[in-house]
Formats: sequence, structure tokens, C-alpha cells
Amino acid sequence: MSIQFKQRSILPGFGLTLGYTLLFLSLIVLIPLSALFFKTASLGWGDFWGLVTDERAVASYRLTFGASLVAAATNALFGFIIAWTLVRYDFPGKRVVDALVDLPFALPTAVSGIALTAVYAKNGWIGHYLEPLGIQAAFSPLGVTIALTFIGLPFVVRTLQPALADLDAESEEAAASLGASGFQTLRRVILPTVFPALLTGFALAFARAVGEYGSVVFISGNMPMKTEITSLLIITKLEQFDYPGATAIAVVMLAASFAILLAINLLQWLVARRKGA
Amino acid sequence: MAGTVALRAMTAPQRRGRALAGSSPWTKGLLVALTLGFLGLVLLVPLAAIFTEALRKGVGACMEAIADPAALAAVKLTLLVAAIAVPANLVFGLAASWAVAKFNFVGKSVLTTLIDLPFAVSPVISGLIYVLVFGLQGWLGPWLQAHDLRVIFAVPGIVLATVFVTFPFVARELIPLMQEQGQEEEQAALSLGASGWRTFWHVTLPNVRWALLYGVILCNARAMGEFGAVSVVSGHIRGRTNTVPLHVEILYNEYNFVAAFSVASLLVLLALVTLVAKSLVEWQARRSASLAAPLAGRVLSA
Repeated sequence: MSIQFKQRSILPGFGLTLGYTLLFLSLIVLIPLSALFFKTASLGWGDFWGLVTDERAVASYRLTFGASLVAAATNALFGFIIAWTLVRYDFPGKRVVDALVDLPFALPTAVSGIALTAVYAKNGWIGHYLEPLGIQAAFSPLGVTIALTFIGLPFVVRTLQPALADLDAESEEAAASLGASGFQTLRRVILPTVFPALLTGFALAFARAVGEYGSVVFISGNMPMKTEITSLLIITKLEQFDYPGATAIAVVMLAASFAILLAINLLQWLVARRKGA
Repeated sequence: MAGTVALRAMTAPQRRGRALAGSSPWTKGLLVALTLGFLGLVLLVPLAAIFTEALRKGVGACMEAIADPAALAAVKLTLLVAAIAVPANLVFGLAASWAVAKFNFVGKSVLTTLIDLPFAVSPVISGLIYVLVFGLQGWLGPWLQAHDLRVIFAVPGIVLATVFVTFPFVARELIPLMQEQGQEEEQAALSLGASGWRTFWHVTLPNVRWALLYGVILCNARAMGEFGAVSVVSGHIRGRTNTVPLHVEILYNEYNFVAAFSVASLLVLLALVTLVAKSLVEWQARRSASLAAPLAGRVLSA
């Protein structure tokens, strides 16, 4: 009995393409990423714990994860409305609107950052309406949340669109013919079906927000302990040549994003299994 | 289910009108207005602000900022970086998708996950890992210094960081599509006597051309617009290691807002061209049914 590494095939080029793939993957991704863990491993547990639980680091986690959570939740709500509108209704300019949803993906983050700052600063188009209300948008945690909402929006819309398009009209008609109101149908028939997609979109937006840098640094004001996100703290430490500090905090962030993505994959696996059953 | 809905007497037209949730004109009007309002406020207002700020002192000042030698050097560097990173990831994407999609081997799903890994790493960390390898205190730092080579705070570092952040774009478009297409056509070509290369050029490549183009468009947009990763490795040397996004940052931090927004509007044009090209390719691909998986599969791609 022998275990084969590869199934037989008449197609050529397996060795060459797999070899090149593994080489390029190792050189560009795996070896550099492993540097992060080797560097951290040389720190020792006590030092590592001290660095990642430093007061300033903890304040940055609180802001980063808190603002990301609020932004992802905002996107879940408005993303649902936008996806619903784009799937269910016809209106003039719909294709342009649909293409525009991807703008935050296509726009370089630094450009989003300075544009949002210009709009929400005290003398900006929206900022000068908020100022008399006592709301400071730019250079505050609110500004961070606004930037994270901007970059996360497409995730929810793009994950929900196919799920809403796949909805089976018959069960909605059945609910309606049994006398359910539109709202009841939404709550009891539609939401349970698209909930996994909504949750996936929410998690993707959250994951992106946690690691975001470019769109946030301009609008946040970057005050340590107040409006400093974790990505910026890593850069600040690097600029002060504090490599151990930067690396330790980076490992915490990387672990967090891996955990979120693992949860997303688990979620999609559950959905696929439910569909298959 | 707990809440069984009571059957109510309804006339037929009433029932048809209410068949699908949210089909009343009032609901439709409200939701369309909310969508347009939210997107207008969140997306269009910032977009308009960039052009307004750029033209605040007239077209002349805007053009002057773009024609500035430092700005032109930044444009040149950005084009150079994209000209290396995009082909590198294109070749990688083709090799990886051929190996993964056309053959069955142990560890295939692990390999696919590893290819997607750079999307899970935040931009700043993507730059940091290269500093840890090539920086002065890094693994190769002493050796590089002894041979008078620079990677970090120089162009090679910028290229490497860009290749990293755009790594999965082409591969993740090609792998699912090539898996779906199977290998019958290739087998037919080979059994008719075509060589491996000929089969690849004349059978496989035409079948995946739209997906390939789609991947290249997204890869290029990210390569030219990347900020965080490049910012960590560049060192911000004006005229030498500044890409366009980094040049925008410098101008902005110097309170030279007109110049910053003028150069930024170049990047906005790039983004708009990307969106149009992407929509055209999606449309073409849908016609020839050659783009794998619904759009949802690609949400991670930016």
C-alpha cells in the first residue's frame, strides 16, 4: 500500500508550477512573516506581556476595536438597506450607484483619509454643521469611526447582494398569503435566511477596520491615549527604533485578525454545510 | 415556530401587491432615498471635496503641483513599482492556479489558504516584516550593509512590500475559475499532439482571459495606491523613495493643501478608471460566463 502525494494526470507542468508557487510564496510571504514570530520569541514572556499590556497600547486597542465595532455595525445596517435596494428595486442610475459602492476599495487609503478630514474638519462641508452642535468629528474617536465606516462599506453590500438575490420568492409569497405584514416577513423569513451573509459581511468589515491605517491617520489627530490607533502606535515605535515594542504589538494585532478570519471561514463552512444538507 | 401568523381574509389584488416584502411604492421610495442619501453623504461628498480643494486656487496652481519635479518623481516611482509588482504577481498567479486547479495533491487546501494570507495581514505589519528581515537590526541587515546594499528605505523595499500586499489578487481570480473549467479541453489538446506550452497559450489562457484581466486591474489599483505598507519601508526621501500616496501625505503634513489635493486627484482618476474598467470586465465576463464565483467571493480583494 502506498500513499500518493499527487493523483496521476496527463497534464504537464506540475513540478514546475508547484515548485515556483512554493518558492515565491516562501520568499515573499512565509519567511518574512516568520521573522515577526522569531523576533517575538526572542523577547521572553515577561517582556512580551509588559510591552503588549502597556497603558498606551491598551488605550490604542480599545479605540481600534471599539471604533471598528461601531463602524462595522453601522455598515451592517446601511449595507443591508443598500444591498436590498440594489437587488430589489429598479431606479435610474442604478448601475452607476452599484459600481460606486466599490469606491472605498479603489480609492487609495491616503486619499480617502485627507478627503474625509477636509469634509469633517471644523471648517469642512459637514464639519461646520456639526461644530455648533458641539460635535467634534475630525481629530476625535468619532472621526476614526467615520473613516472606518467609509472603508468597510463595500464588504457588507457585496456579501449580502448574492444572498438577497438568491432568496426564494415562494416562501415570501407564502408568508404574505398567510397574512404576514412586510415587516413580519422581513423579520421571520428574510433575515434568518440572509443572517449568515450579513454576519460574514460584518466580520469582513470589522477585520479590515482593525488593520486599517491610511484613511485613519489624517482624521484621527493621533493623540497618544486618546486618538491613537494600534497601527499608528506600531509605526511610532518603529520610528523610535523600538523594534521589540513594534513587533510585540504587531503579533497581537496579527493574532486578532487571524482569529476574526478563522471565525469567518468557520461561518462560511457552516453555511455551506447547511445548504448541502 | 412559535409565532404562527393568523390567516386573514384578503382579496386577490391585495395579496399580489404584498407578495414580496417591501414592494409598496412608499417602502421603495424610502429605501431608494436612504440608499442614495447614505452613499451620497459617505462616498460622493468626500470625492467632490478632493476636486474642490485641488482647484481652490485655480487650475494653474493645481497643474503646477502636479508638474512639480518631486511629484513627477513620485509618479515615475509609482509606475515603476506597479510595473514590477503586477507582472510578478501575474506570473505567480498563473503558476499557482495551474498547479492548484489542474492537479490533485496532498495539502492543496492549505496552499490555497496560504496564498490568501497577505489579505489577512494589515498594511503596517506587511511593511514591518520586511524591516525585520532587511532592516539594519534585521536578519540580513549586517550582510546588506557590508555589501553596501539597501533594501529598506530604498526602492527594493517598496517593491517587496507592494508585491506582498497585492500577492493574492490574480491567483484568487484564476483558481476558482480554472477549477470550475476542469481539464477536459487541455486533455483533448494534448491528445491531439499539442505541446504543454501550446495547450496553455491556446486553450487555457483564452478561457481565463477575463478573470485574468479582472485580477490585474485590482492588483494594479492596489499596487499604485498602497500607503501603509509602503510608508513603513520607504523612509520618505523626497524625489527618491516617495510614491504618489506618500507624496500626498508629505504635502498634506506641510499644510500645502492645494498641492496635496491636486496630486491626490490623480489617484482619484486612477480609482475611477479602475471602477469603470472593472465594471466593463464584469459585464464582458458575464456575457461569456467566464468569471468564477459570485462577486461575494471577492470581497476581500481590496
